[in-house]
Amino acid sequence: MDRAALPFVAVIALVITPLIGVGAISLHYLFGVIVPYVAALIFFAGFIMKVVNWGTSPVPFRIPTTCGQQKSLPWFKHSKLENPVTGIQVIGRMFLEVVFFRSLFRNLKPEIRGGPRIVYGPTKWLWFFALMFHWCFFIIFFRHLRLFTEPVPGVVTFVDRIDSMFQICIPPIYLTDLGLLLGITCLFLRRVIVPQVRYLSLPSDYFPLFLIIGIAVTGMLMRYVIRVDIIKVKELALSLAAFSPKVPQGIGVIFYTHLFLVCVLAMYFPFSKLMHLGGVFMSPTRNLANNNRIVRHINPWNPKVKLHPYEEWEDEFRDKLLDAGIPVEKKG
Amino acid sequence: MYDSGKIIAGLVIFAGLFTVPFIMNRGTAAPPPKLKIVSKAKACVEDTHYMRTSHMKLLNEWRDDALRDGHRLYINNKGKKIHIGLQITCLKCHSDKADFCDKCHAYADVRPYCWDCHFSPEGRKKWASTEGHF
Repeated sequence: MDRAALPFVAVIALVITPLIGVGAISLHYLFGVIVPYVAALIFFAGFIMKVVNWGTSPVPFRIPTTCGQQKSLPWFKHSKLENPVTGIQVIGRMFLEVVFFRSLFRNLKPEIRGGPRIVYGPTKWLWFFALMFHWCFFIIFFRHLRLFTEPVPGVVTFVDRIDSMFQICIPPIYLTDLGLLLGITCLFLRRVIVPQVRYLSLPSDYFPLFLIIGIAVTGMLMRYVIRVDIIKVKELALSLAAFSPKVPQGIGVIFYTHLFLVCVLAMYFPFSKLMHLGGVFMSPTRNLANNNRIVRHINPWNPKVKLHPYEEWEDEFRDKLLDAGIPVEKKG
Repeated sequence: MYDSGKIIAGLVIFAGLFTVPFIMNRGTAAPPPKLKIVSKAKACVEDTHYMRTSHMKLLNEWRDDALRDGHRLYINNKGKKIHIGLQITCLKCHSDKADFCDKCHAYADVRPYCWDCHFSPEGRKKWASTEGHF
Protein backbone atom coordinates (compact mmCIF):
# COMPACT_ATOMS: atom_id res chain seq x y z
CA MET A 1 0.00 0.00 0.00
CA ASP A 2 3.02 2.29 0.28
CA ARG A 3 2.68 3.23 -3.38
CA ALA A 4 -0.95 4.20 -2.80
CA ALA A 5 -0.16 6.35 0.22
CA LEU A 6 1.48 9.24 -1.62
CA PRO A 7 -1.36 9.71 -4.16
CA PHE A 8 -3.88 9.47 -1.33
CA VAL A 9 -2.16 12.23 0.62
CA ALA A 10 -1.89 14.29 -2.58
CA VAL A 11 -5.64 14.07 -3.23
CA ILE A 12 -6.41 14.95 0.39
CA ALA A 13 -4.16 18.01 -0.02
CA LEU A 14 -6.01 18.91 -3.23
CA VAL A 15 -9.33 18.68 -1.39
CA ILE A 16 -8.03 20.91 1.39
CA THR A 17 -6.64 23.56 -1.01
CA PRO A 18 -10.00 25.09 -2.03
CA LEU A 19 -11.37 24.59 1.48
CA ILE A 20 -8.69 27.02 2.63
CA GLY A 21 -8.51 29.09 -0.56
CA VAL A 22 -12.24 29.75 -0.80
CA GLY A 23 -13.55 28.82 2.63
CA ALA A 24 -10.96 30.72 4.66
CA ILE A 25 -9.43 33.42 2.47
CA SER A 26 -12.21 33.95 -0.10
CA LEU A 27 -10.27 33.56 -3.34
CA HIS A 28 -13.50 32.99 -5.27
CA TYR A 29 -12.22 34.51 -8.50
CA LEU A 30 -9.04 32.44 -8.46
CA PHE A 31 -10.82 29.13 -7.90
CA GLY A 32 -13.94 29.98 -9.89
CA VAL A 33 -12.43 31.62 -12.98
CA ILE A 34 -8.63 31.60 -13.26
CA VAL A 35 -7.99 27.98 -12.33
CA PRO A 36 -10.74 26.62 -14.65
CA TYR A 37 -9.49 28.68 -17.62
CA VAL A 38 -5.86 27.67 -17.02
CA ALA A 39 -6.95 24.05 -16.67
CA ALA A 40 -8.92 24.18 -19.93
CA LEU A 41 -5.96 25.75 -21.73
CA ILE A 42 -3.51 23.15 -20.42
CA PHE A 43 -5.95 20.38 -21.26
CA PHE A 44 -6.46 21.41 -24.88
CA ALA A 45 -2.86 22.44 -25.60
CA GLY A 46 -1.43 19.40 -23.84
CA PHE A 47 -3.83 17.02 -25.51
CA ILE A 48 -3.14 18.35 -29.01
CA MET A 49 0.63 18.47 -28.47
CA LYS A 50 0.62 14.89 -27.22
CA VAL A 51 -1.35 13.62 -30.21
CA VAL A 52 0.80 15.57 -32.68
CA ASN A 53 3.90 14.19 -30.98
CA TRP A 54 2.58 10.66 -31.39
CA GLY A 55 1.74 11.49 -34.99
CA THR A 56 5.38 12.29 -35.76
CA SER A 57 6.41 8.72 -34.95
CA PRO A 58 6.79 6.81 -38.20
CA VAL A 59 4.87 3.57 -38.59
CA PRO A 60 7.00 1.80 -41.19
CA PHE A 61 4.92 -1.34 -41.41
CA ARG A 62 1.64 -2.75 -40.19
CA ILE A 63 1.77 -4.09 -36.64
CA PRO A 64 -1.83 -4.91 -35.72
CA THR A 65 -2.31 -7.50 -33.01
CA THR A 66 -4.73 -9.94 -34.52
CA CYS A 67 -6.57 -12.93 -33.16
CA GLY A 68 -8.57 -14.23 -36.09
CA GLN A 69 -8.09 -15.82 -39.49
CA GLN A 70 -6.10 -13.59 -41.80
CA LYS A 71 -7.49 -12.88 -45.26
CA SER A 72 -6.23 -15.77 -47.34
CA LEU A 73 -7.48 -18.11 -50.05
CA PRO A 74 -11.20 -17.81 -50.74
CA TRP A 75 -12.19 -21.00 -48.92
CA PHE A 76 -10.75 -19.81 -45.61
CA LYS A 77 -13.32 -17.79 -43.70
CA HIS A 78 -11.75 -14.38 -43.14
CA SER A 79 -12.26 -12.93 -39.68
CA LYS A 80 -13.03 -9.34 -40.72
CA LEU A 81 -13.19 -7.70 -37.30
CA GLU A 82 -10.32 -9.56 -35.66
CA ASN A 83 -8.03 -9.33 -38.66
CA PRO A 84 -9.12 -6.35 -40.78
CA VAL A 85 -7.61 -5.66 -44.18
CA THR A 86 -9.65 -2.66 -45.34
CA GLY A 87 -10.39 0.75 -43.85
CA ILE A 88 -14.04 -0.09 -43.19
CA GLN A 89 -13.08 -3.27 -41.35
CA VAL A 90 -10.60 -1.28 -39.24
CA ILE A 91 -13.34 1.22 -38.40
CA GLY A 92 -15.58 -1.65 -37.33
CA ARG A 93 -12.84 -3.07 -35.15
CA MET A 94 -12.00 0.32 -33.63
CA PHE A 95 -15.65 1.04 -32.95
CA LEU A 96 -16.07 -2.18 -30.98
CA GLU A 97 -12.80 -1.52 -29.19
CA VAL A 98 -13.61 2.06 -28.18
CA VAL A 99 -17.27 1.57 -27.36
CA PHE A 100 -17.35 -1.96 -25.93
CA PHE A 101 -13.71 -2.69 -24.95
CA ARG A 102 -13.63 -5.83 -27.09
CA SER A 103 -10.01 -6.66 -26.28
CA LEU A 104 -10.71 -6.56 -22.53
CA PHE A 105 -13.65 -8.87 -23.12
CA ARG A 106 -11.18 -11.43 -24.38
CA ASN A 107 -9.22 -11.27 -21.13
CA LEU A 108 -8.07 -14.73 -20.01
CA LYS A 109 -6.77 -16.01 -16.72
CA PRO A 110 -4.41 -18.96 -16.49
CA GLU A 111 -5.04 -21.33 -13.61
CA ILE A 112 -3.40 -24.57 -12.53
CA ARG A 113 -6.15 -27.11 -12.06
CA GLY A 114 -5.78 -30.70 -10.96
CA GLY A 115 -2.08 -31.34 -11.28
CA PRO A 116 0.45 -30.00 -13.74
CA ARG A 117 -2.09 -28.72 -16.18
CA ILE A 118 -2.68 -25.06 -16.96
CA VAL A 119 -6.18 -23.99 -17.91
CA TYR A 120 -7.07 -20.66 -19.47
CA GLY A 121 -10.49 -19.49 -18.42
CA PRO A 122 -12.33 -16.28 -19.28
CA THR A 123 -12.40 -13.47 -16.71
CA LYS A 124 -15.00 -10.90 -17.57
CA TRP A 125 -15.16 -8.88 -14.38
CA LEU A 126 -12.41 -6.42 -15.32
CA TRP A 127 -14.16 -5.84 -18.65
CA PHE A 128 -17.53 -5.45 -16.91
CA PHE A 129 -16.46 -2.93 -14.27
CA ALA A 130 -14.19 -1.02 -16.65
CA LEU A 131 -17.05 -0.70 -19.12
CA MET A 132 -19.43 0.34 -16.33
CA PHE A 133 -16.99 2.93 -15.04
CA HIS A 134 -16.20 4.45 -18.45
CA TRP A 135 -19.79 4.62 -19.64
CA CYS A 136 -21.01 6.13 -16.37
CA PHE A 137 -18.20 8.67 -16.47
CA PHE A 138 -19.09 9.60 -20.04
CA ILE A 139 -22.80 9.97 -19.28
CA ILE A 140 -22.06 12.08 -16.19
CA PHE A 141 -19.71 14.25 -18.24
CA PHE A 142 -22.38 14.63 -20.91
CA ARG A 143 -25.12 15.40 -18.38
CA HIS A 144 -23.09 18.36 -17.10
CA LEU A 145 -23.92 20.12 -20.37
CA ARG A 146 -27.18 21.16 -18.72
CA LEU A 147 -25.11 23.64 -16.72
CA PHE A 148 -23.30 25.01 -19.78
CA THR A 149 -26.15 25.48 -22.23
CA GLU A 150 -29.28 27.61 -22.20
CA PRO A 151 -31.69 26.43 -23.50
CA VAL A 152 -30.63 22.89 -22.68
CA PRO A 153 -30.58 20.60 -25.74
CA GLY A 154 -33.27 17.93 -25.74
CA VAL A 155 -30.78 15.09 -25.87
CA VAL A 156 -29.16 16.23 -22.61
CA THR A 157 -32.54 16.42 -20.92
CA PHE A 158 -33.42 13.00 -22.29
CA VAL A 159 -30.25 11.41 -20.90
CA ASP A 160 -30.88 13.14 -17.57
CA ARG A 161 -34.42 11.74 -17.37
CA ILE A 162 -33.31 8.20 -18.21
CA ASP A 163 -30.51 8.43 -15.68
CA SER A 164 -32.83 9.51 -12.87
CA MET A 165 -35.83 7.44 -13.94
CA PHE A 166 -36.30 5.53 -10.70
CA GLN A 167 -37.01 8.77 -8.81
CA ILE A 168 -35.38 7.48 -5.66
CA CYS A 169 -34.94 10.32 -3.14
CA ILE A 170 -35.20 14.04 -3.82
CA PRO A 171 -33.39 15.11 -5.93
CA PRO A 172 -33.58 11.76 -7.74
CA ILE A 173 -30.44 9.63 -7.56
CA TYR A 174 -28.67 9.17 -10.88
CA LEU A 175 -27.95 5.55 -11.78
CA THR A 176 -24.64 6.60 -13.31
CA ASP A 177 -23.51 8.11 -9.99
CA LEU A 178 -23.88 4.71 -8.37
CA GLY A 179 -22.38 2.94 -11.40
CA LEU A 180 -19.34 5.22 -11.39
CA LEU A 181 -18.68 4.66 -7.70
CA LEU A 182 -19.16 0.90 -7.98
CA GLY A 183 -17.00 0.69 -11.10
CA ILE A 184 -14.12 2.74 -9.76
CA THR A 185 -14.22 0.99 -6.39
CA CYS A 186 -13.79 -2.34 -8.17
CA LEU A 187 -10.98 -0.95 -10.33
CA PHE A 188 -9.27 0.24 -7.15
CA LEU A 189 -9.84 -3.03 -5.27
CA ARG A 190 -8.38 -4.92 -8.23
CA ARG A 191 -5.11 -3.05 -7.76
CA VAL A 192 -5.09 -3.77 -4.04
CA ILE A 193 -6.33 -7.35 -3.94
CA VAL A 194 -4.84 -9.07 -7.01
CA PRO A 195 -1.16 -9.62 -6.06
CA GLN A 196 0.20 -9.38 -9.60
CA VAL A 197 -1.66 -6.15 -10.36
CA ARG A 198 -0.69 -4.75 -6.97
CA TYR A 199 2.96 -5.45 -7.73
CA LEU A 200 2.65 -3.58 -11.03
CA SER A 201 0.70 -0.60 -9.70
CA LEU A 202 2.48 2.70 -9.39
CA PRO A 203 1.54 5.99 -7.73
CA SER A 204 0.48 7.22 -11.18
CA ASP A 205 -2.08 4.41 -11.24
CA TYR A 206 -3.53 5.23 -7.85
CA PHE A 207 -3.58 9.02 -8.24
CA PRO A 208 -6.24 9.22 -10.99
CA LEU A 209 -8.34 6.66 -9.14
CA PHE A 210 -8.30 8.69 -5.93
CA LEU A 211 -8.82 11.92 -7.83
CA ILE A 212 -11.87 10.59 -9.67
CA ILE A 213 -13.24 9.10 -6.44
CA GLY A 214 -12.78 12.58 -4.92
CA ILE A 215 -14.62 14.21 -7.82
CA ALA A 216 -17.47 11.70 -7.62
CA VAL A 217 -17.82 12.02 -3.85
CA THR A 218 -17.77 15.84 -3.83
CA GLY A 219 -20.22 15.90 -6.73
CA MET A 220 -22.61 13.54 -5.02
CA LEU A 221 -22.28 15.36 -1.69
CA MET A 222 -23.16 18.57 -3.50
CA ARG A 223 -26.27 17.06 -5.04
CA TYR A 224 -27.58 14.93 -2.22
CA VAL A 225 -26.18 16.23 1.08
CA ILE A 226 -24.43 19.63 1.34
CA ARG A 227 -26.58 21.31 -1.23
CA VAL A 228 -25.64 24.40 -3.27
CA ASP A 229 -27.70 26.91 -5.22
CA ILE A 230 -27.72 25.31 -8.67
CA ILE A 231 -28.97 28.52 -10.31
CA LYS A 232 -25.81 30.35 -9.23
CA VAL A 233 -23.66 27.43 -10.31
CA LYS A 234 -25.19 27.57 -13.75
CA GLU A 235 -24.77 31.35 -13.85
CA LEU A 236 -21.04 30.88 -13.22
CA ALA A 237 -20.76 28.01 -15.73
CA LEU A 238 -22.55 29.98 -18.46
CA SER A 239 -20.44 33.08 -17.83
CA LEU A 240 -17.28 30.98 -18.12
CA ALA A 241 -18.53 29.41 -21.36
CA ALA A 242 -19.34 32.87 -22.76
CA PHE A 243 -15.90 34.26 -21.83
CA SER A 244 -17.44 36.93 -19.60
CA PRO A 245 -16.65 35.42 -16.21
CA LYS A 246 -18.72 36.57 -13.27
CA VAL A 247 -18.64 34.82 -9.91
CA PRO A 248 -22.02 34.95 -8.14
CA GLN A 249 -21.88 35.34 -4.37
CA GLY A 250 -22.82 32.53 -2.07
CA ILE A 251 -22.04 29.26 -3.86
CA GLY A 252 -20.92 26.77 -1.20
CA VAL A 253 -17.30 25.73 -0.73
CA ILE A 254 -18.19 22.16 -1.69
CA PHE A 255 -18.77 23.41 -5.25
CA TYR A 256 -15.29 24.93 -5.44
CA THR A 257 -13.80 21.71 -4.11
CA HIS A 258 -15.54 19.72 -6.83
CA LEU A 259 -14.52 22.24 -9.50
CA PHE A 260 -10.91 22.35 -8.31
CA LEU A 261 -10.55 18.56 -8.41
CA VAL A 262 -12.00 18.55 -11.94
CA CYS A 263 -9.51 21.26 -12.95
CA VAL A 264 -6.63 19.22 -11.53
CA LEU A 265 -7.86 16.20 -13.47
CA ALA A 266 -7.97 18.27 -16.68
CA MET A 267 -4.47 19.65 -16.11
CA TYR A 268 -3.07 16.24 -15.21
CA PHE A 269 -4.82 14.54 -18.11
CA PRO A 270 -2.45 15.18 -21.07
CA PHE A 271 0.62 14.08 -19.10
CA SER A 272 -0.75 10.88 -17.65
CA LYS A 273 -2.07 7.43 -18.44
CA LEU A 274 -5.46 9.08 -18.85
CA MET A 275 -4.33 10.06 -22.34
CA HIS A 276 -5.57 6.64 -23.40
CA LEU A 277 -8.63 8.69 -24.36
CA GLY A 278 -6.64 9.89 -27.36
CA GLY A 279 -4.23 6.98 -27.37
CA VAL A 280 -6.82 4.33 -28.09
CA PHE A 281 -7.37 5.93 -31.49
CA MET A 282 -3.62 6.23 -32.08
CA SER A 283 -2.53 2.72 -31.13
CA PRO A 284 -0.97 1.07 -34.18
CA THR A 285 -1.73 -2.42 -32.88
CA ARG A 286 -5.44 -1.59 -33.28
CA ASN A 287 -5.84 1.04 -35.96
CA LEU A 288 -3.82 -0.52 -38.78
CA ALA A 289 -5.16 -2.89 -41.38
CA ASN A 290 -3.34 -6.19 -41.57
CA ASN A 291 -2.38 -5.75 -45.25
CA ASN A 292 1.37 -6.20 -44.98
CA ARG A 293 1.44 -8.51 -47.98
CA ILE A 294 -1.43 -6.97 -49.95
CA VAL A 295 -0.14 -3.38 -50.16
CA ARG A 296 3.48 -2.29 -50.50
CA HIS A 297 4.45 -0.24 -47.44
CA ILE A 298 7.53 1.88 -47.84
CA ASN A 299 9.55 2.67 -44.77
CA PRO A 300 9.35 6.47 -44.41
CA TRP A 301 12.86 6.73 -42.97
CA ASN A 302 14.57 4.74 -45.71
CA PRO A 303 17.65 6.70 -46.87
CA LYS A 304 17.86 7.75 -50.50
CA VAL A 305 19.88 5.01 -52.21
CA LYS A 306 21.72 5.77 -55.45
CA LEU A 307 20.74 2.94 -57.80
CA HIS A 308 22.51 1.79 -60.94
CA PRO A 309 20.12 -0.53 -62.80
CA TYR A 310 21.07 -2.74 -65.73
CA GLU A 311 19.54 -0.41 -68.32
CA GLU A 312 21.84 2.42 -67.26
CA TRP A 313 24.84 0.07 -67.09
CA GLU A 314 24.11 -1.12 -70.59
CA ASP A 315 23.82 2.50 -71.83
CA GLU A 316 27.23 3.16 -70.33
CA PHE A 317 29.01 0.18 -71.93
CA ARG A 318 26.87 -0.41 -75.04
CA ASP A 319 29.64 0.43 -77.52
CA LYS A 320 32.08 -1.93 -75.87
CA LEU A 321 29.49 -4.67 -75.55
CA LEU A 322 28.62 -4.41 -79.23
CA ASP A 323 32.31 -4.33 -80.25
CA ALA A 324 32.92 -7.52 -78.26
CA GLY A 325 29.85 -9.16 -79.85
CA ILE A 326 27.96 -9.54 -76.57
CA PRO A 327 24.15 -9.47 -77.00
CA VAL A 328 22.44 -6.33 -75.66
CA GLU A 329 18.82 -5.47 -74.85
CA LYS A 330 18.74 -2.29 -76.93
CA LYS A 331 20.76 -1.90 -80.07
CA GLY A 332 21.35 1.80 -79.40
CA MET B 1 3.62 14.02 -39.07
CA TYR B 2 2.49 10.76 -40.62
CA ASP B 3 -1.17 10.17 -41.57
CA SER B 4 -1.63 13.85 -40.83
CA GLY B 5 -4.99 14.06 -42.60
CA LYS B 6 -6.57 11.49 -40.31
CA ILE B 7 -4.91 12.83 -37.16
CA ILE B 8 -5.93 16.43 -37.85
CA ALA B 9 -9.49 15.33 -38.62
CA GLY B 10 -9.53 13.46 -35.30
CA LEU B 11 -8.20 16.48 -33.43
CA VAL B 12 -10.81 18.74 -35.03
CA ILE B 13 -13.55 16.35 -33.88
CA PHE B 14 -12.00 16.26 -30.40
CA ALA B 15 -11.81 20.05 -30.17
CA GLY B 16 -15.34 20.42 -31.54
CA LEU B 17 -16.84 18.01 -29.01
CA PHE B 18 -15.00 19.43 -26.02
CA THR B 19 -15.77 23.06 -26.85
CA VAL B 20 -19.52 22.58 -27.28
CA PRO B 21 -20.24 24.89 -24.28
CA PHE B 22 -18.18 27.70 -25.84
CA ILE B 23 -19.67 27.19 -29.28
CA MET B 24 -23.25 27.04 -28.09
CA ASN B 25 -23.07 30.20 -25.99
CA ARG B 26 -21.37 32.27 -28.71
CA GLY B 27 -19.97 34.76 -26.25
CA THR B 28 -23.19 35.74 -24.52
CA ALA B 29 -24.42 34.01 -21.39
CA ALA B 30 -28.19 33.67 -21.05
CA PRO B 31 -29.28 35.70 -18.01
CA PRO B 32 -30.39 33.84 -14.89
CA PRO B 33 -34.15 33.80 -14.27
CA LYS B 34 -35.86 36.62 -12.39
CA LEU B 35 -38.62 35.42 -10.15
CA LYS B 36 -41.99 36.96 -9.39
CA ILE B 37 -43.28 36.60 -5.84
CA VAL B 38 -46.54 37.98 -4.52
CA SER B 39 -45.30 38.74 -1.01
CA LYS B 40 -48.05 38.16 1.45
CA ALA B 41 -45.84 36.75 4.17
CA LYS B 42 -42.68 38.52 5.38
CA ALA B 43 -40.49 35.44 5.17
CA CYS B 44 -40.62 32.01 3.63
CA VAL B 45 -40.85 28.79 5.63
CA GLU B 46 -37.10 28.73 6.25
CA ASP B 47 -34.32 31.19 5.39
CA THR B 48 -33.67 32.13 1.77
CA HIS B 49 -30.46 30.11 1.33
CA TYR B 50 -32.09 26.97 2.65
CA MET B 51 -35.17 27.48 0.49
CA ARG B 52 -33.10 28.06 -2.63
CA THR B 53 -30.90 25.02 -2.17
CA SER B 54 -33.14 22.54 -0.39
CA HIS B 55 -36.82 23.40 -0.92
CA MET B 56 -37.29 20.06 -2.64
CA LYS B 57 -36.16 18.21 0.49
CA LEU B 58 -38.59 20.22 2.59
CA LEU B 59 -41.45 19.59 0.18
CA ASN B 60 -40.63 15.90 0.15
CA GLU B 61 -40.71 15.77 3.96
CA TRP B 62 -43.95 17.71 3.95
CA ARG B 63 -45.51 15.26 1.56
CA ASP B 64 -44.53 12.33 3.79
CA ASP B 65 -45.71 14.16 6.93
CA ALA B 66 -49.04 15.21 5.49
CA LEU B 67 -49.99 12.28 3.32
CA ARG B 68 -48.39 9.33 5.06
CA ASP B 69 -48.40 10.38 8.72
CA GLY B 70 -51.25 12.89 8.74
CA HIS B 71 -49.19 15.61 10.44
CA ARG B 72 -50.13 19.02 9.13
CA LEU B 73 -48.00 21.11 11.46
CA TYR B 74 -44.44 22.18 10.73
CA ILE B 75 -42.31 24.09 13.18
CA ASN B 76 -39.55 26.00 11.46
CA ASN B 77 -36.09 26.97 12.70
CA LYS B 78 -37.39 30.08 14.39
CA GLY B 79 -40.10 28.13 16.19
CA LYS B 80 -42.91 29.43 14.06
CA LYS B 81 -45.82 27.07 13.41
CA ILE B 82 -46.68 26.59 9.75
CA HIS B 83 -49.50 24.64 8.14
CA ILE B 84 -48.18 21.93 5.85
CA GLY B 85 -49.69 22.20 2.38
CA LEU B 86 -48.36 23.04 -1.04
CA GLN B 87 -51.47 24.66 -2.42
CA ILE B 88 -52.61 26.25 0.83
CA THR B 89 -49.26 27.49 2.16
CA CYS B 90 -46.65 27.72 -0.61
CA LEU B 91 -48.85 28.89 -3.44
CA LYS B 92 -50.21 31.77 -1.33
CA CYS B 93 -47.09 33.79 -2.14
CA HIS B 94 -45.63 31.78 -4.99
CA SER B 95 -48.88 31.84 -6.85
CA ASP B 96 -47.53 32.07 -10.35
CA LYS B 97 -46.16 28.68 -11.30
CA ALA B 98 -44.98 29.80 -14.73
CA ASP B 99 -43.17 32.84 -13.32
CA PHE B 100 -41.81 31.22 -10.20
CA CYS B 101 -41.39 27.44 -10.22
CA ASP B 102 -40.96 26.83 -13.91
CA LYS B 103 -38.38 29.52 -14.61
CA CYS B 104 -35.66 28.10 -12.38
CA HIS B 105 -36.63 24.52 -13.10
CA ALA B 106 -36.31 25.14 -16.82
CA TYR B 107 -33.01 26.99 -16.30
CA ALA B 108 -31.56 24.13 -14.25
CA ASP B 109 -33.26 21.54 -16.45
CA VAL B 110 -35.12 19.75 -13.69
CA ARG B 111 -38.68 18.51 -13.95
CA PRO B 112 -40.13 17.85 -10.52
CA TYR B 113 -43.18 15.61 -10.34
CA CYS B 114 -45.15 17.88 -7.96
CA TRP B 115 -47.70 18.58 -10.64
CA ASP B 116 -48.43 14.93 -11.33
CA CYS B 117 -50.81 15.18 -8.34
CA HIS B 118 -51.19 18.87 -7.55
CA PHE B 119 -53.03 21.42 -9.61
CA SER B 120 -51.15 24.56 -10.44
CA PRO B 121 -53.23 27.70 -9.91
CA GLU B 122 -53.55 28.19 -13.66
CA GLY B 123 -54.55 24.59 -14.14
CA ARG B 124 -57.15 24.98 -11.42
CA LYS B 125 -58.74 27.95 -13.18
CA LYS B 126 -58.87 26.07 -16.44
CA TRP B 127 -60.39 23.09 -14.69
CA ALA B 128 -63.01 25.28 -13.03
CA SER B 129 -63.97 26.96 -16.30
CA THR B 130 -64.45 23.69 -18.15
CA GLU B 131 -66.31 21.99 -15.29
CA GLY B 132 -69.72 23.12 -16.42
CA HIS B 133 -69.35 21.51 -19.77
CA PHE B 134 -69.10 17.94 -18.50
